[in-house]
Amino acid sequence: MPLSIDEVRRVAALARLKLSPEEERLFAGQLSAILDHVRELESLDVSGVPPMTHALAEGEAVALRPDLPVPGLTPDEALANAPSRQGTCFKVPRIIE
Amino acid sequence: MSAGELTGLSLQAASARLAAGQVSSRQLTEACLARVAATDGRVGAFLTVTGERALAAADASDARRASGRASGPLDGIPVAVKDLFLTRGVATTAGSRILEGFIPPYDGTAVARLQAAGAVLLGKLNLDEFAMGSSNEHSAYKPCHNPWDLSRTPGGSSGGSAAALAARQCFGTLGTDTGGSIRLPASFCGVVGLKPTYGRVSRYGVIAFASSLDQPGPLGRTTWDVAALLSAIAGPDPHDPTCAARPADDYLSALENGARGLRIGVPREWFGGGLQPEVEARVREALATYQRLGATLVEISLPHSRYGIGAYYLIATAEASANLARYDGVRFGLRAPGVRGLKELYAESREQGFGAEPKRRIMLGTYALSAGYYQADYLRAQQVRTLIRRDFDAAFTRCDVVAGPVAPWPAFKLGEKTGDPLQMYLADIFTITCNLAALPGLSVPCGLAGGLPVGLQLVGRPFDEATLLTAARALERELGPPPAPTALEAKA
Repeated sequence: MPLSIDEVRRVAALARLKLSPEEERLFAGQLSAILDHVRELESLDVSGVPPMTHALAEGEAVALRPDLPVPGLTPDEALANAPSRQGTCFKVPRIIE
Repeated sequence: MSAGELTGLSLQAASARLAAGQVSSRQLTEACLARVAATDGRVGAFLTVTGERALAAADASDARRASGRASGPLDGIPVAVKDLFLTRGVATTAGSRILEGFIPPYDGTAVARLQAAGAVLLGKLNLDEFAMGSSNEHSAYKPCHNPWDLSRTPGGSSGGSAAALAARQCFGTLGTDTGGSIRLPASFCGVVGLKPTYGRVSRYGVIAFASSLDQPGPLGRTTWDVAALLSAIAGPDPHDPTCAARPADDYLSALENGARGLRIGVPREWFGGGLQPEVEARVREALATYQRLGATLVEISLPHSRYGIGAYYLIATAEASANLARYDGVRFGLRAPGVRGLKELYAESREQGFGAEPKRRIMLGTYALSAGYYQADYLRAQQVRTLIRRDFDAAFTRCDVVAGPVAPWPAFKLGEKTGDPLQMYLADIFTITCNLAALPGLSVPCGLAGGLPVGLQLVGRPFDEATLLTAARALERELGPPPAPTALEAKA
């Protein structure tokens, strides 16, 4: 089932990607080919099979930390990679017109 | 010993010389840095070299040793890590333009443990963007070349991690494996690479691609080297709530136990179409070697193997689309200039920052999770994952490890598969089920095909890395170390 350009645009909008017209055409073709391959799964009878919900086997204990306050990043460390900041905040373009 | 002889040592041999006072960490580090300077223009394994920091760490290690406080086999050993591991104060890119110039404020757990063990970090290694790829050609910065044949790929996505070892630039590396990204490059470059059980090594501070599949692990030139690295990084970590609480094993003590009595499962599905005859011949010879060493071969079936690629490309891309949502131009990374409004800031920053492969996978994953497709695609893939896991559970009632090829072919030419994403994805056809089943898997060299390395894949029971390493060591001892690649020397 080939993916239409409209479908590609719908998915790109959901993913917050702004694709160029060339990318839209390229992805429509490539994603269609990949989905065709993936749809091989539809030939399997999976009725009654539980989906895997965790990669760790059931009953495998995980390492949890004690619920105690520990020092975290300072505001300056947390903001050190910000493209734009003001005081102790990340600065973004105007949201409300 | 000359600098060239030093860089050719295994980690184990370098460690023994450090312990015996025959060489200093500074000498090893200087030799590795010189080797990187002389060869990496042609290999492209490193994205960042941290020479000054490395020399300072080497001097600190030498000082510890002089005062009798050396901490173990890794103290003073030059290593490098895939540029997916966060390193405090050292640029970390994930091979992507969207993280160009990003300086992490903390170390990932595996990196922190290597450094706590005294290892000397030489720098950050090349990879496919966000670890998405099988050839390292999706790196946004530069291609990486296979030291056995510079016109070929080192494999991916941890291409730099395997190429740096084959090129004798360092003694050990870390990579990550989501669908084969440690084992495939290890196979293509003739080194040992181990993808641990999901939950064996902390993912804290490893940039996420597909969180239920990603697993960091070590690569080395020998099984001992890999066992020593795994011993340093494995074990519970309260910073990663998916990291298992059970303590790590001692991976070195059982290494020489041999293969006698080992039951090796040989899945008939892994010897099917597309497997190159010469690769199959090397794998069959390795299996025959195991028989000679006293192991038993058991024919097994993993009937759902053929659905692995399909399930993987729904689950991995779905998880990737969620994980990569954080790159939005707000808190770190690239921000597109001159945009109006927040929505345009997101879309423009992502359009400019991501390369084609992450975009492709975000699109596929978003599609799979979108209304109307979730039940049909994503949920079904998770059910198939259960079936694949059950295949292995059944096999492990009759055998101790599963053995087969890592990849259908040896290293392919750069550019050969970049035009067809699906063909590239099929490179992982034999490695991917191990990730879906969350099991440990390893690649160990088993000879050459057409002058290029071939890896034997061993897959084990959950948390049974020790058996994998012992089995791999038995083969390694029999075959001897693979020859050093000569492509770099010929033109040097």
